[in-house]
Amino acid sequence: MSETPEVRPPVVTPARVIIAVCLVAPFVAMLWVGSYAKTDPAFIGIPFFYWYQMLWVLISTALTMLAYQLWKRDQRAREDANGGAVK
Amino acid sequence: MKDGVNGVALGVFIFFFLAVTVMGFLAARWRKAENEQSLDEWGLGGRSFGTWVTWFLLGGDLYTAYTFVAVPAAIYAAGAAGFFAVPYTILVYPLIFTFLPRLWSVSHRHGYVTTSDFVRGRFGSKGLSLAVAVTGILATMPYIALQLVGIQAVLDVMGVGGGENTNWFVKDLPLLIAFGVLAAYTYSSGLRAPALIAFVKDALIYIVIAVAIIYIPIKLGGFDDVFAKAGDAFAQVNPATGKPRGALVPAEAGQWTYATLALGSALALFMYPHSITATLSSRSREVIRRNTTILPLYSLMLGLLALLGFMAIAAGVKVTNGQLAIPQLFEDMFPDWFAGVAFAAIGIGALVPAAIMSIAAANLFTRNIYKDFIKPDATAAEETRVSKIVSLLVKVGALVFVLTMDKTVAINFQLLGGIWILQTFPALVGGLFTRWFHRWALLAGWAVGMVYGTVAAYGVASPTQKHFGGSAKEIPGIGEIGYIGLTAFVINVVVTVVLTFVLKALKAPEGLDETRPEDYTADAGDPGVQAELPSATAGAGH
Repeated sequence: MSETPEVRPPVVTPARVIIAVCLVAPFVAMLWVGSYAKTDPAFIGIPFFYWYQMLWVLISTALTMLAYQLWKRDQRAREDANGGAVK
Repeated sequence: MKDGVNGVALGVFIFFFLAVTVMGFLAARWRKAENEQSLDEWGLGGRSFGTWVTWFLLGGDLYTAYTFVAVPAAIYAAGAAGFFAVPYTILVYPLIFTFLPRLWSVSHRHGYVTTSDFVRGRFGSKGLSLAVAVTGILATMPYIALQLVGIQAVLDVMGVGGGENTNWFVKDLPLLIAFGVLAAYTYSSGLRAPALIAFVKDALIYIVIAVAIIYIPIKLGGFDDVFAKAGDAFAQVNPATGKPRGALVPAEAGQWTYATLALGSALALFMYPHSITATLSSRSREVIRRNTTILPLYSLMLGLLALLGFMAIAAGVKVTNGQLAIPQLFEDMFPDWFAGVAFAAIGIGALVPAAIMSIAAANLFTRNIYKDFIKPDATAAEETRVSKIVSLLVKVGALVFVLTMDKTVAINFQLLGGIWILQTFPALVGGLFTRWFHRWALLAGWAVGMVYGTVAAYGVASPTQKHFGGSAKEIPGIGEIGYIGLTAFVINVVVTVVLTFVLKALKAPEGLDETRPEDYTADAGDPGVQAELPSATAGAGH
């Protein structure tokens, strides 16, 4: 997906795998409707179907934030290693 | 609606409306740059917005008045199926995290104002760029019209402009005034006006939602009661269809529809010109990435808002036009003055996106039709002038649309618009990552997707409509009911890939790519990336 010029750090690193997982997880969770299409357990009277999806707003936010932080660190590390403009 | 004008609510509404009008005109002076006569200034606010302004602007832009009215209305009408808006907005952010920063970078390097600018630069094809521009304009027009429908719903409930028996001029006068004012300040202040007004809009919306989500359930006896009553209401069999009205949880058969609608809509959202306009107005690529982590706050709000649909049922709101369910709920539940605040939130919520959408459509016309095909040597000042005029025409067009045609026509077209705009995804997002696709293949894929989507949508009947009765239909080859836009998108991609192989084998001319790989990762401060335009009021920085 993201092309990196000929620099030493490999394209696929553990940090990047985690970033990808963070970004893909919401898709798996939300598109698998069967996993949450039920009313119980309810939370303060709100059926599971609704509060679970709203909870995922928070979860996916946390995951995107994590991805963002990892990405920033990844970029900085690469810049330091390379001394120039990297991806 | 029936019981005359609600004076207090109307007074509060007018107060807020006047306040944002003044702000709209003053916005022209906000962080003003020296070079006013450029499209970067008028149409992108000088490309200078920081994290918070961008957050408000995008939030004000994406979560429109129509969203606020339509999402709970869909829940009110059918229950769970309408809630797909929440997973849809969840999926948007991880998605744009991957591609929007690249678009920002390449656009800043090359001074692109629209997505079509990028497509032309990347593929060297005016035809493909024209296709993207026309799709964008076509998809945006009905969206603007729907913002008017949102304002109309509020005016109806307040008792002005409603009633079938009043003459058309009196009936539509409030809407005409609101729109005249909107047109005037967009013309004079450009993107700065909605950016400033978005603060008011979002503050109001958050207050209203916070109050509504606590106050109304307490009045109705808690969420248990709300959902119990809603469940009973949905279980009742509709005599017209012989099926229950809806369900609290999507049944097995509806799950494909739910998931494909969420995914397809998420893919489509940032293809809309107004989303891109708000994105490109930000100051740096970091602003965008950071925004993908804070924009979901709006999704949470949207989810809470959707629950209002159930409350409307539990509160016994009975409306024939589902669009009125939420405004009516506010009127029934809130004291008059707070109902006025709520109505103002929706009304102003319509003005912000309508302004951005008209600017975005105008930019598309100016850059990708006027400059590419009519007057290639247009100066920056000329571009800005044309854009300003077109933004007026676009709004007048939307107004005529709403006043002369049935509301369902606007809704049908908006539905189609969503399907259409998704067909520009391969050219835009594909182009951001790879130059492998052939430009003619992309054009062919787009055309096939457009035709399939339109024909399929035309063929969907509902109890009330013979055509355009919904956005879901059986997916060929799978047999499940899914979102037409997503099916069309898959067909589009398949056609594009196959034809790319064919065209490459035939050695068809590839077109000139004016971008280079490093353009996609450039950030503010890098050589060749134009920094913020020189500020006329130095030190007014963010």
